[in-house]
Amino acid sequence: MPEVDVRLERVTKEFGDTVAVDDLSVDITEGEFFSMLGPSGCGKTTTLRMIGGFEDPTYGTVYLGGRDVTDDPPYRRDVNTVFQSYALFPHLNVFDNVAFGLRRKKVGKEEIQRRVQEVMHLVDLRGFGERKPGQMSGGQQQRVALARALVNSPKVLLLDEPLGALDLKLRKQMQLELKRIQQEVGITFIYVTHDQEEAMTMSDRLAVMRRGRIEQLGEPEEVYDNPATEFVAGFLGASNLLDGEIGSHQDGITTIKLSTGSTVLVPSDRMPPDVETQVKVGVRPEKITIRNDSEDLPAGYNSVSGLLRVATYIGVSHQYKIDGPGGTELTVYVQNLGAVTPPAPGEKVSLAWRPEHTFVVKPSASLSEEEEEE
Amino acid sequence: MERRRGTRKGKRLAPYLLGAPAAIWLGVFFLVPLVTMMSLSLQRCDSVTLACRMIWHFGEFPEQVSQFRPFFMRSLYYAGSATVIDLLVSFPIAYWIAFRAKRKNFFLLMLLLPFFVSFVIRTISWQFLLSDQGILLGTLKNLHLLPENFHVLATGTAVIAGIAYNFLPFTALPLYVSLERIDPHVLEAAHDLYASRRAAFAKVTIPLAVPGIFAAFLLTFVPGAGDYLNAQILGGTSNGMIGNVIQNKFLVFFDYPAASALSAILMGVMLIGIAAYAKVLGSRTIEEYI
Repeated sequence: MPEVDVRLERVTKEFGDTVAVDDLSVDITEGEFFSMLGPSGCGKTTTLRMIGGFEDPTYGTVYLGGRDVTDDPPYRRDVNTVFQSYALFPHLNVFDNVAFGLRRKKVGKEEIQRRVQEVMHLVDLRGFGERKPGQMSGGQQQRVALARALVNSPKVLLLDEPLGALDLKLRKQMQLELKRIQQEVGITFIYVTHDQEEAMTMSDRLAVMRRGRIEQLGEPEEVYDNPATEFVAGFLGASNLLDGEIGSHQDGITTIKLSTGSTVLVPSDRMPPDVETQVKVGVRPEKITIRNDSEDLPAGYNSVSGLLRVATYIGVSHQYKIDGPGGTELTVYVQNLGAVTPPAPGEKVSLAWRPEHTFVVKPSASLSEEEEEE
Repeated sequence: MERRRGTRKGKRLAPYLLGAPAAIWLGVFFLVPLVTMMSLSLQRCDSVTLACRMIWHFGEFPEQVSQFRPFFMRSLYYAGSATVIDLLVSFPIAYWIAFRAKRKNFFLLMLLLPFFVSFVIRTISWQFLLSDQGILLGTLKNLHLLPENFHVLATGTAVIAGIAYNFLPFTALPLYVSLERIDPHVLEAAHDLYASRRAAFAKVTIPLAVPGIFAAFLLTFVPGAGDYLNAQILGGTSNGMIGNVIQNKFLVFFDYPAASALSAILMGVMLIGIAAYAKVLGSRTIEEYI
């Protein structure tokens, strides 16, 4: 059993009347790549800043490696931060930026030299020591920020949307880099992002946050395939949600009656525990097979029918928008295997998926504008 | 096509056209007088008719330096002391407004408000303030905190105090601007990298404020060293600065060559001093911070 590295115990942070983080508890284990994911204003950055020591919790306790550090200033905590804006020291060159933490800790000259060289090698910045941050590209500055934190071999590395300012291609490349570096150095990474794909690419576990609370915490597969709430289902990739009502339970299978009258089957062990009668039934777009209405359904599949509205070809896949039952819009991704003639807009189609790909969530209170934008 | 070419030509000329008024202004009202003054220092003038003729007399320079050396030294000493005092006083104020104050503009206005009053009036009011039986010394003497014969007026201290007071905004504003530009995240990063408040201040805040300190120094020391009003109003008879000498030579004795030579010497001393200072502090300047 790996040790708990960071523990937040019933942490609340209030700014005036606003509750930024609301009674949040979480354990993050040693060596883990842990992400906090959510729309802006969900409290993820505030939570990270409380771990770093830049904000004091209004209530609750922060533990690092078993020690209560709630009242310690940042410079007494064995964590380092990669800031969203990088926050490099503009008056120092790259070497001095990276050596800053070691010098404060009074590490010997030769060891500083060695460790800075090592970490510059790790982040692929050899030979840049004399440069000033202002003379470097965004991607390079990002690496300096990472090196400046990593060189201190902290217990925990905090990353606050570190890739936010980079363009898409560089971002993808840096995601893989970060994951490689994390595995190489083996320290705990706590990563804050609003980009669900980024969180899923890198994380061992992720917490989806909303309104200062954790909506769901788990491994990426688990959170994606079996979201706990409507919010999580909507935030983590596209999802298709239909209104329904719980019917009978039989032989480990729960029957859910859709508002249109047809039924959907769900394995009972995929039912959330605290659900009431009114639920939303969902399925991810890539789990659905699309076929002409006339064709027979494979036995045991759930299905709904609809009218194909838009078909988009994006190379690796076809993406379809379908007007489903009860005015819902459904999305389907079909891998481009090139074997069958794709359906055309205007056709009646039926959508089918396996019961074990179905998930059931409680309807969330209406999503705010801001959250939907994200 | 014709029209487009016209527009392009206009675009090419635009910077010169925009710069022309300033260039003409500086040429006529700065460069011409400067050259005139320089050449005057080499001429001989009749002190009654004021007719001057060029004799290439370089002897004026060493003569003036040896004659008025104490005045030069006093000017540098007074202006230097006032600049140091201003830096020490206004740094905390500028720091507080830049990092802590909620209503920055209000406090900046408060800082500048006294300077809406005329320079002369302000200096004369310091005369009242520092007079032997004035508000400050009189009260302290009545309380027997100061001996009866203590006085400040007509001493170097009074002149330094006056210069420090009069040039305070020229120190405070550049400091404020440079401090205000520091990204608070950079200070957080310093704390994150184990720098205590004191270490972050010494290793990050101060170095990032260096361009502001340099500008503050220039804007306070240079006019301070050339100032004559503070010495005239607060300094009495034996604490004159080089500005007083120049003023006298020009306006009382009509000795234009000597006055011009003194002005040129003051300018030369300052330029050499500033160049040396810039070598030390200012070499790491502006472009790095943008």
